Amino acid sequence: MRRSLQGALKYTFLVLLCIVMMGPVATAVLGSLRTTGEFLSKPFGLPEHGIRWENYQDILVGRSFWNSFKNSVVITAGVTVLNVALSSMLAFVFSRVSFRGRGLLFNILSVGLLVPLVVAILPIFIQIRQLNLINSVFGVILPLVAFGLPGSVVILRGFFINIPGELEDAAYIDGCTTFGFFRHILLPLARPALTAVAVLQVIASWNEYFLPLLVLNDPDLWPLPLGIMQFQSQYGTDYSRIMAYVVLLIIPAVLFYLVTEKYIVTGLTGGELKG
Amino acid sequence: MSGYRFRILPTPYEQAARAKQRSQLSKALTVTLFALPGMMVFTLFLLIPIIQSSYISLYRWDGFGPLTEFVGLGNYDRLLNHSVFQASVSHSFLIMLLSLAVQLPMALGLALLVGRGNLRGKGLFRTVLFVPYVFSEVITALIWRYVLYPQSDGMVNTVLGTFIPGFEAIEWLADRNLVLYSLFAVLTWKYFGFYMILYMAGLQNVPKDLEDAARVDGATEPQVLRQITLPLLGSTIRLTVFLSVLGSFQQFVLAWVLTNEGGPANASQLIATYLYKFGIQQWWLGYGSAVAVVLFGITLLFSLGYQRIIMRQDYAISRD
Repeated sequence: MRRSLQGALKYTFLVLLCIVMMGPVATAVLGSLRTTGEFLSKPFGLPEHGIRWENYQDILVGRSFWNSFKNSVVITAGVTVLNVALSSMLAFVFSRVSFRGRGLLFNILSVGLLVPLVVAILPIFIQIRQLNLINSVFGVILPLVAFGLPGSVVILRGFFINIPGELEDAAYIDGCTTFGFFRHILLPLARPALTAVAVLQVIASWNEYFLPLLVLNDPDLWPLPLGIMQFQSQYGTDYSRIMAYVVLLIIPAVLFYLVTEKYIVTGLTGGELKG
Repeated sequence: MSGYRFRILPTPYEQAARAKQRSQLSKALTVTLFALPGMMVFTLFLLIPIIQSSYISLYRWDGFGPLTEFVGLGNYDRLLNHSVFQASVSHSFLIMLLSLAVQLPMALGLALLVGRGNLRGKGLFRTVLFVPYVFSEVITALIWRYVLYPQSDGMVNTVLGTFIPGFEAIEWLADRNLVLYSLFAVLTWKYFGFYMILYMAGLQNVPKDLEDAARVDGATEPQVLRQITLPLLGSTIRLTVFLSVLGSFQQFVLAWVLTNEGGPANASQLIATYLYKFGIQQWWLGYGSAVAVVLFGITLLFSLGYQRIIMRQDYAISRD
């Protein structure tokens, strides 16, 4: 009896908390389906005069949304591919090849773990200017790769170290080259870890706002986080339109999360959480 | 149809010897080929900029032309005496303290509630509590700007007005004394799920039989938590404290968009937003570099100091 009461209390609390957590998202969704007038007079009522799809239609037929979408895809793909390629190569060297200076090199790389992009944004901006990469997607992609590398290398190295050495010996005896071992044996075995690293990079680069804000002056090159800020300043108080844009950005984020949840959790916790 | 081809194959022993020799010869090449591209990107876009900024911070520089106007530590002097910067530092510290005092215990409590036992709907609860973590900071800030809408028709004010008789709408983001707490509430909404996930992972390494044994021996639930669960969760807790402190000092985009550039009147300026507002927007790049160096210094000092404390604590625990 006491147990079931406790259980009921626990559930009530959790359900209430979930409502509080989802309240803001629900407000955005409801707001996006109504006119701004309705939104303001009753922040979370249902649409009374029919659902206002125009909010979405106007955004989806416009060129700028899809252009920003494309830019986001380019930046995200570039960062993710480069990060996974470079970090797996580095992690291979740091975990399976012993050479002089390895510890030192790894320590230098680890300093990068302590430097978030925000701290270094000004010096990066100066460096990007010196390299003539202002207004180039590479000016966004390469620094994001550099700042993502240390974390990815640490995750992958932990995984590579645990792959038994006998496997490597066997591969070399069978005539495998170093690159062959890396490409055909190590990487396929490390697929879960590689996916986790890739997924975290996708989230980070898809959401990045600060760096493109500084590096890309040309609105045609702007990714979605800059696109929505521009849209927001353009439409000012037309909240329902802005919420429609917000919802359009939330949908892919939630879908991506649902598909990759296992890997996100693996990546964040170093592979510890199951179920 | 191909015919049979015969050739003398080397014995496995010979092959191994050759492979070893080859690996010795090509080791340098391997290291170079595998490590060079990554280290180059890392050096060009992370290492050099950071080193450069400490140098630039000694100059007055508007970003154009060569560095000529050497001011020594003048930028630092100005910075440390700027009341807005002092306020920004204290705001960042407040956010940090609140995160440690509120976000982490809350995340731990929920991890214990959701992560232990066979709670039905566990996966759903975890998803709902964690999903804001994947939203971009810009989206989060825009949603909350409307949720905290100052007039009585904002969501938060409406809800409070429904439950509290005679409630008057609060200007969550326009009130100088409230804005930091509003910002903190939004940060909590977005980030506590991340810590909850880390705690849930840590809890899986706490053996259940140990807790059960204590209960059989007559320990109360709070005793089990204090004496067994928390100490065994020690390394996770120390990690989350570390991440939470660093995270607090790194807040930028969410605060910038939510509070409209650190307003009202710099009441919610954090170190990173200060850097952007006064270093980059004004094109005082030498000055901004000094802010970056100070921010990096705080981060580095904390990290190194904390690592030492972690070591000492781990040692104390293993001795117990």
